[in-house]
Amino acid sequence: MGPVPTFSRRLKRELLNMQKELPAGIHIATADDLSTWEMDLEVLDQNPIYHGKTFRLRFKFGKNYPIEPPEVMFVRTADREIPMHPHVYSNGIICLDLLSTGHGWSPVQNVESVCVSIQSMLTGNTKNERPEGDSQFVMTPMRSVRDINFVYDDPTV
Amino acid sequence: MSSDDELMSDQMSDAYGDDDEDSLGELDYEEDGGEYIDEGKEEKPTKRSYEVEFKVYSDDQIRKSQQNQVEEVASILGLPGEQVAILLRHFKWQKDRLIEKYMDSGEEVLEEAGLGPSYDTPPKLETVQGFVCDICCDDEVGLDTYAMRCNHRYCVNCYRQYLESKIKDEGEATRIQCPSEGCSMIVDSKTVDLLVPVEIDKRYKELLNRTYVDDKPNLRWCPAPNCEYAVDCAIRPVQLHTIVPSVNCRCGHNFCFGCGFSEHQPCPCALVKKWLKKCEDDSETANWISANTKECPKCVSTIEKNGGCNHMTCRKCKHEFCWVCMGPWAEHGTSWYNCNRFEEKSGSEARDQQAKSRASLERYLHYYNRYANHDLSAKLDKDLYIKTEKKMTTLQSSSGMSWIEVQYLEAASKVLQQCRQTLKWTYAFAFYLERNNHTYIFEDNQKDLEMAVEHLSELFEKPTDQLSTAKNDMLDKTAYVKSRRMILLDYTAKSLAAEE
Repeated sequence: MGPVPTFSRRLKRELLNMQKELPAGIHIATADDLSTWEMDLEVLDQNPIYHGKTFRLRFKFGKNYPIEPPEVMFVRTADREIPMHPHVYSNGIICLDLLSTGHGWSPVQNVESVCVSIQSMLTGNTKNERPEGDSQFVMTPMRSVRDINFVYDDPTV
Repeated sequence: MSSDDELMSDQMSDAYGDDDEDSLGELDYEEDGGEYIDEGKEEKPTKRSYEVEFKVYSDDQIRKSQQNQVEEVASILGLPGEQVAILLRHFKWQKDRLIEKYMDSGEEVLEEAGLGPSYDTPPKLETVQGFVCDICCDDEVGLDTYAMRCNHRYCVNCYRQYLESKIKDEGEATRIQCPSEGCSMIVDSKTVDLLVPVEIDKRYKELLNRTYVDDKPNLRWCPAPNCEYAVDCAIRPVQLHTIVPSVNCRCGHNFCFGCGFSEHQPCPCALVKKWLKKCEDDSETANWISANTKECPKCVSTIEKNGGCNHMTCRKCKHEFCWVCMGPWAEHGTSWYNCNRFEEKSGSEARDQQAKSRASLERYLHYYNRYANHDLSAKLDKDLYIKTEKKMTTLQSSSGMSWIEVQYLEAASKVLQQCRQTLKWTYAFAFYLERNNHTYIFEDNQKDLEMAVEHLSELFEKPTDQLSTAKNDMLDKTAYVKSRRMILLDYTAKSLAAEE
């Protein structure tokens, strides 16, 4: 499911812009249709937790994108793992207020700005650990990332 | 506890007054201890130590009182109504604080509430040359665009979609910000009026109305489904440790103003929450543990015996014991399936140990089972009420009594329901009580109420033809049950107040 026609123009434009230029450490992995894109992410400084590793983000666009935020999570592939971070669960789900309606999302944000935010979230991290309750959280089945009500208790991210 | 706690004084002060008084009454919390037993006569409304003052308002009244406050403040500050509405919402309807602050530093207040300079120009759509919408990337010539005073301009379609999604999907009204990232300008009602279709605008107005009640600490919506009344009660959160503010909505629903939960006197809100949490976590598990397990006499690990002989070896500490007498296995010989040593000293010591560790579990179950029993009975009350209605009809035709003469059945049924509810919460409350003199009196009161309730309940089970002869008995018992409930609640309320 991609966005309604009025908004498909926006995604095409985003893709065009990103194909022209992207910030260092961010690359398009796949963007074959207007419903799911994957982006590759590297952390550029010498942060020992992420040094030399590349991570993959999956973006899913609902029909109301960009009025509503895309679903964004890390995915595991043969050579991509889920980054260690106190706000990233081991199943790839990211707890970031930017990604939820009613909290930090603004329709002006886009795939690129989300990538930059997540990249800087990793760059600034010094804790090589998972969120509290991770093992329990990843056992709970859920239909969609949107079903999760995170409590944003950490204003530093 | 004060010394003037005579429970049976028959003073009937009338502090409760009429429901239709229109002042947003301050809480009048006095102990005027008017307890009496009425023998079948109508009871006068009397405010008791466990009752609080409250008022019920309709949707319209809420809207009007909101409007009145806006107009009042508007005339003081000399600002247009919708700006004052935004200001008041921003100040959570504390109008004195708003007026004071505005007099102090008007510009700052306006800016803070998202009403910066040049607010006065009415909002309008514009077409801008060379415009590209940052949301949909549309760059068509002649595209209608809109921006608030923050100048974050988007095409009218995107703006509308954004507002619709905020209002319809998220139920937002007072906190909708400009769509731009990081811009905290609040979307005002003029903008919403201009941009969204009528039905969304209507929803927006409803939500605004709701926030008034949500923002005012002395107002709360009745939680009953489809009920549109709000209750006004001046209880402050700090008082909830000692007061259980039960209120009755005009729709008939009785609930607690403090937490919105169904009426739970005499148990304070915090304990209700704690108890419900505990029951959710514990009750089923605890029941099962109690029924199916024992603790190892040495390391108190909980053990389930799901078959096999009585020779137990604790997985954890390797202690060997007999499941039946709990004594050490070494003294057992070879009687694997029969234990006839129940009275031996070593066994009984082990059982004592076990008894201690069980006591806390048993204690919880004691209260829980009684709580659950009254809860179940309260649920069956609905059936009872329907049955009562039927009985009332048959009684009318069989005994020639008039409709008014059989109303005592309905009254009795209602009292019964209410008392079950109270009893249920006395058990949750008692679980958290420290043992002292108050507890003994409390338990006596609880026992008396429980007995009275069961007696009244029994009368209801009688066949219809005996009901008419039992009328006086039932009236007496109803009155008695009622008075027992009052005594219990009154005593508890006073003890709680004295503890403060």
